[in-house]
Amino acid sequence: MIGTFSIFPIFYTFYLSLTDWDGFSRVRSFVGLNNYIRLFSSASFWQSIKVTFYYAAGVTLLSVLGGLVLAAAINTAGRLMFLYRIVFFIPTVTSFVAAAVVWRSLFSPAGFLSDTFRSFGLSLNWLGSPILAMPALILVGAWMRLGFNTVIALAGLQSIPKAYYDRAKIEGAGTWHIFRFITLPLMKPMVLLLCVMSIVDAFLVFDLPYVMTGGGPVEATNVVGLLIYKNAFHYYKMGFASSIAISVFLIILLITLIQMKVFRFGKEA
Amino acid sequence: MHNNYFKAIMTLVRKVGMHLFLLFLGFWVLMPFLWMITASLKPPELFNAPPHLIPIYFHWSNYIVAFQTAPFGRYYLNTLIVVLGIVPSQLFLSSLAGYAFARLNFWGKKLLFMLLLSTLMVPMYVTIIPSYLIIKKLGLLNTYLGLILPFAVSAFGIFLFRQFYVSFPKELEDRALIDGCSRLQIWRYIFLPLSKPALAALGIFSFLFAWNSFLWPLIITTDPKMWTIQLGLAMFSGKYTTHWTPLMAGTTVSVLPAIVLFIVFQKYYIKHLVLSTRLG
Repeated sequence: MIGTFSIFPIFYTFYLSLTDWDGFSRVRSFVGLNNYIRLFSSASFWQSIKVTFYYAAGVTLLSVLGGLVLAAAINTAGRLMFLYRIVFFIPTVTSFVAAAVVWRSLFSPAGFLSDTFRSFGLSLNWLGSPILAMPALILVGAWMRLGFNTVIALAGLQSIPKAYYDRAKIEGAGTWHIFRFITLPLMKPMVLLLCVMSIVDAFLVFDLPYVMTGGGPVEATNVVGLLIYKNAFHYYKMGFASSIAISVFLIILLITLIQMKVFRFGKEA
Repeated sequence: MHNNYFKAIMTLVRKVGMHLFLLFLGFWVLMPFLWMITASLKPPELFNAPPHLIPIYFHWSNYIVAFQTAPFGRYYLNTLIVVLGIVPSQLFLSSLAGYAFARLNFWGKKLLFMLLLSTLMVPMYVTIIPSYLIIKKLGLLNTYLGLILPFAVSAFGIFLFRQFYVSFPKELEDRALIDGCSRLQIWRYIFLPLSKPALAALGIFSFLFAWNSFLWPLIITTDPKMWTIQLGLAMFSGKYTTHWTPLMAGTTVSVLPAIVLFIVFQKYYIKHLVLSTRLG
């Protein structure tokens, strides 16, 4: 099963990326690297790579920082800890589609969020503006990611032996010093892992922009997931879509390799 | 003495402050849900009135309107069938394969396991076009089987069970082996009954995955009768863009099962979520 739906397709996609095919007809011409040449000279492709990186960076920054702050706060909450953990995790288990629909209404002119901004004198058309649509998507993406990062960071914080802190306190270390010389170094590998996982996940986003913006306005939120979907299943350019998919694969692979390299570096140091 | 009082008060203030901070953030994180439920109960003509977050109207007919304009009942049924196909087969196949990887010695085991793990890193876009073509070739577009098949087992599930079984002591099955039990019997009567935490974790994982999945149903179902709940909701939202009140009613109905199940099983879910990141 895994062979059929995971391993075989990798090679097949690579093969398809070298052809020109609509998915139906018998004619499937081998075009070599033509798809890739067309891809790298396509403005839409570079635009989508740009906005996808924008989205991934935004979501990662917000959700990892937010998750760390939340985890640190929840870690001091004592008996109520499990309750907070559930509360902050709920957005993570809702579907992207439901989240997209609800947030679309929150951003609509009569929505609570637009109204809150209006009360500060900011009347903004979030999803209709090429400049604001992406920040709006990032906010929703980070909202959905926050719970995951919080839970993992909390587990990391709790795995630090309490004896370290007790010892530091006896020796007269202040809060800042404890954070700087105990918490930070011990949490560093985990923070890095969270960042990489968030970037990779966010890079593959599809449902959220599909429902919230459809890629618009003017390709401002046209992430690579949407680009692949549209080419493969709207325009039936299977070969061209495959070449985008392979490019995405290579980018993800590169990110993962960099992570491994940094991890090894971190261990030696 | 004064100093001690001062210290105690400071600790209290800090504690209360921390809870207030968490409550404040908790409010903002849960606000979209409050908004969704409140909006789903508003009379449609009052949606544009000044927004509020606590329900003051109880206009239940939005739910009836939602079910009449879009066949949410049918979407529910479809999703349920897909979930009932995916979850048991995930549990069965993953625990069996996990057992094989943990206990049996067969040719090429290491290589196969490495291959399995490496598929975890492959983004779905790389596999989605060939998967679609396979399902099409098998004539399974617009069928339940087509919705279930690619997700009937997962590398993640096998990995989860393998890690779980590797930690079992060898003595557990030694006696049974001497007594002449087959490997399959050992799995069925010794390993499986001890697998409850892993079964619960993978069960809730695969349920949420199946319940929330969108891209795959979008690609392989063109017949509205086969739409799952997420697909139905997305299409409803695309068609009735600003009919907010029934739209919110439909959304509420679609998120409720996932949230309830998560709260019931959260202990297992979170524990295995944390374990799963350790592999990185």
